[in-house]
Amino acid sequence: MSVRIEFRLNGRPAAVTVDESLRLLDLLRDELGLRGAKEGCAEGRCGACCVLLDGLPVNACLVLAVQVRGSAVETIEARDESRLQALLRSGATQCGACSPGVAQTVLWIAEHPDVAESFALEDLLAGHLCRCTGYRGIVEGARRTIEAEKA
Amino acid sequence: MDRLEGLSKLAGLERYVGDLLVEGCWWGATVRSPSPRGRIRRIRFRPEVDWSDFAVVDARDIPGANCIRHIEDDQPALALDRVRHVHEPVLLVAHPSRSAVRRAVRAVEIEVDEDDPVLDFRSAPRPAGIQHGTDNVFSRITIEKGDLESAMAEAAYIVEGVYETGAQEHVCLETQGMLANVEDGVVVVRGSMQCPFYVKEAISHALAKSGDEVRVIQTPTGGGFGGKEDYPSMIGVHAALLAQRVGHPVRMIYDRREDMAATPKRHPSRIRHRTGVDANGRLVAQDVDILLDGGAYTTLSPVVVSRAAIHATGPYACTNARVRGRVVLTNSVPCGAFRGFGGPQAHFANERHMDVIAASLGMDPAELRRRNLLRDGDATLTGQIIEDGTDRVALMDRALEIASVPEKRSRHREFNRSHAYLRRGIGMAAVHHGCGFTGDGEDRLDSRVEVAGLADGAIEVRTASTEMGQGATTILTKLAADRLDFDPRRVRIAPPDTARVPDSGPTVASRTAMIVGKLVEDACDDLRRRLGVAPSCDGEALAEALRGWHLAHPRLLPIGEARYRRASAQGWDASRHRGDAYGAYSWATQVAEVEVDLRTGVARVVDFVSVQDVGRVLDRLLATGQVEGGVAQSLGWALLEQVRFDRGAMINPSLTEYAVPSCRDVPPIRVEFVESPYAGGGQGARGLGEIPADGPAPAIANAIADATGSRPDALPLTAERLAAVIELVPRGGLDGAGTPT
Repeated sequence: MSVRIEFRLNGRPAAVTVDESLRLLDLLRDELGLRGAKEGCAEGRCGACCVLLDGLPVNACLVLAVQVRGSAVETIEARDESRLQALLRSGATQCGACSPGVAQTVLWIAEHPDVAESFALEDLLAGHLCRCTGYRGIVEGARRTIEAEKA
Repeated sequence: MDRLEGLSKLAGLERYVGDLLVEGCWWGATVRSPSPRGRIRRIRFRPEVDWSDFAVVDARDIPGANCIRHIEDDQPALALDRVRHVHEPVLLVAHPSRSAVRRAVRAVEIEVDEDDPVLDFRSAPRPAGIQHGTDNVFSRITIEKGDLESAMAEAAYIVEGVYETGAQEHVCLETQGMLANVEDGVVVVRGSMQCPFYVKEAISHALAKSGDEVRVIQTPTGGGFGGKEDYPSMIGVHAALLAQRVGHPVRMIYDRREDMAATPKRHPSRIRHRTGVDANGRLVAQDVDILLDGGAYTTLSPVVVSRAAIHATGPYACTNARVRGRVVLTNSVPCGAFRGFGGPQAHFANERHMDVIAASLGMDPAELRRRNLLRDGDATLTGQIIEDGTDRVALMDRALEIASVPEKRSRHREFNRSHAYLRRGIGMAAVHHGCGFTGDGEDRLDSRVEVAGLADGAIEVRTASTEMGQGATTILTKLAADRLDFDPRRVRIAPPDTARVPDSGPTVASRTAMIVGKLVEDACDDLRRRLGVAPSCDGEALAEALRGWHLAHPRLLPIGEARYRRASAQGWDASRHRGDAYGAYSWATQVAEVEVDLRTGVARVVDFVSVQDVGRVLDRLLATGQVEGGVAQSLGWALLEQVRFDRGAMINPSLTEYAVPSCRDVPPIRVEFVESPYAGGGQGARGLGEIPADGPAPAIANAIADATGSRPDALPLTAERLAAVIELVPRGGLDGAGTPT
């Protein structure tokens, strides 16, 4: 069954008619052409499809499109590239398939200093699987991003 | 220099094959065998799908040879009448809608008259199980040196051991994917791959096309690790067959389950060592028997077992040895290339065995290695004299020093005496890895590279080397820019497109920076010559000469060329595996510290040190990332990653059921490089990509042995399996002293 939904996408109003079984990830990638979020596992383990839903990181493969009705969705495309320099220079990306998802969470952590202070970065980032870096670059990049944005 | 495509990747702008928008594209999918072995009796297309909307391709529709071209032509592109493993491709279907094509796959029933499958590579097959040759052995190899039996008879000690490793799935974050189209009579295939010319050859062969009628273009590739060395030929042929059938572009993108279940794995191994040692701890006789599980088809297995055999006696001076290797058929998904390519299995067995020998002799494991490590002038198993300037003893001692091994050992003794259920230990591994193809393999590749001087003043580097995250684009840019004294921004790397670049060989075997990198430098020198610029002139003079060339020859690009030439001193006898197996070796010592919970069997790596000589380090951040990533992947193989098989099929093909390391599983990794340049490599580089994956598993297992006094000789050492070899303490700890942490 098709359902019409309205929501905010990257700060702008959006209205689409979607099948009720469509995943948010497919809506973003296939219907709206926003291909920064990747499908890595389709079951919420790898974090490659991470987007912000009402300001919180979620795996877009586990959210139905109809669930975002009335909500705000932000994808990696809305992020300022200049904020990614610390990740780049720490070696946080190699093959890049996990990187947009990692970047979403890292920027979100940097925007929430209370979270960064209360939890270990390794725990906050454990929802992102990376097969290339061994994670040092990612954790170091997160630390440096937080530092840079504090200043 | 920053990783060139790094920002684009982080920002989500990199366009992988699954991200390409193509007008009128159909979706392709694969219908696979439900059975491990047998004759296809019937294929039923259930009526709930209107099949007239679909394109269906089977083995009879293949215009050329029905095989995937690797070493032998035994693997069909689509099974015709017999299947040899669960998930073997049987049919292809395509439709404009992805959900429709998925429904269609589920609506096909393949009925198979089953034969008994061969499932355990360790048992000799019964006559009814023979499916390859007379004994199911895909390939066997024997390397002999000196007089093994006399040396064994005279040895002061003989130490034996049997070591096993399991399958490993690559888990590239980007799954396998291809997009095929027929454009002006040319089959054009774009996709995720390490080796565009392999894919081109496979498609030409299966579709009966000439070289001009097939074009293969690599798209940004989200991880390879060997997983995109051979399998892209399969999915590339499939996508090309469908595109030719439907007359529209066809995209095939595997989901995670299909990617894990149907694509090659690291070869499981069982390796026996029998070693004679003299009274001073010198290895005087090494008898090694290697058995690898090849899965259902040959794929790359003969080369994997060859590399395993050559590395089987480790980085130690070898006087008397016999190494026998076999890779055998089982009715499971074929095994293929995986980072290290037989090296990790060989090193796991050898380095575990070194600790077992040390324990038998009551000798410090480091001292045993120190007495046997190759010195310059010593010969390897194949008789190659090593004389490359690396001080392997100093390298090992540096790793032990960084890891504070003696201090840790005494602290651990104290800790282990007092703690109710935690045990700490430290272990090491000394490893080597031959760089590039084995023996005369590089001659046969006959790699070529071009460097073109473009009309806009930029330089274009044309190689078939693919970027899959390892940094090839950045490294080749740097090598060309440095060689020509050019700003790196004026160097472009041509996309790996078989219509545009020469064949510089596959992006495998730790060969890119070393071999292709050197060819890029040679091609740069050739470009200078063609432009009439002296080797000593700077980049400005070259740029001036390039401007002059284009004024004089408006439509002719100056192109510098280079072709691989083996150093004349490098001799190799392929029939006996004697001589110079590799142009260069990389060397490493890795040290792991673990903590084992005796209540659960969970082993955690708490510290890791990796010191390696990979020749000149071209980019410290990228090189460190290669080491850290290789260590993490090998840590997964050692402790977490267990491919569970039922009737030869992986039954845990998801990231929920198959655990790869997360950032909570990987300890801080301290990486240090020793740099002994190799004249045959770009700026003196040797191979880097694989050696980091050679040592972590034995170092971790040795640390667990140290912590628990057990014999953890079979990987993976998951909690369940480790619990079987150590003495568990009841939960709650001894005398109730322990509480869960």
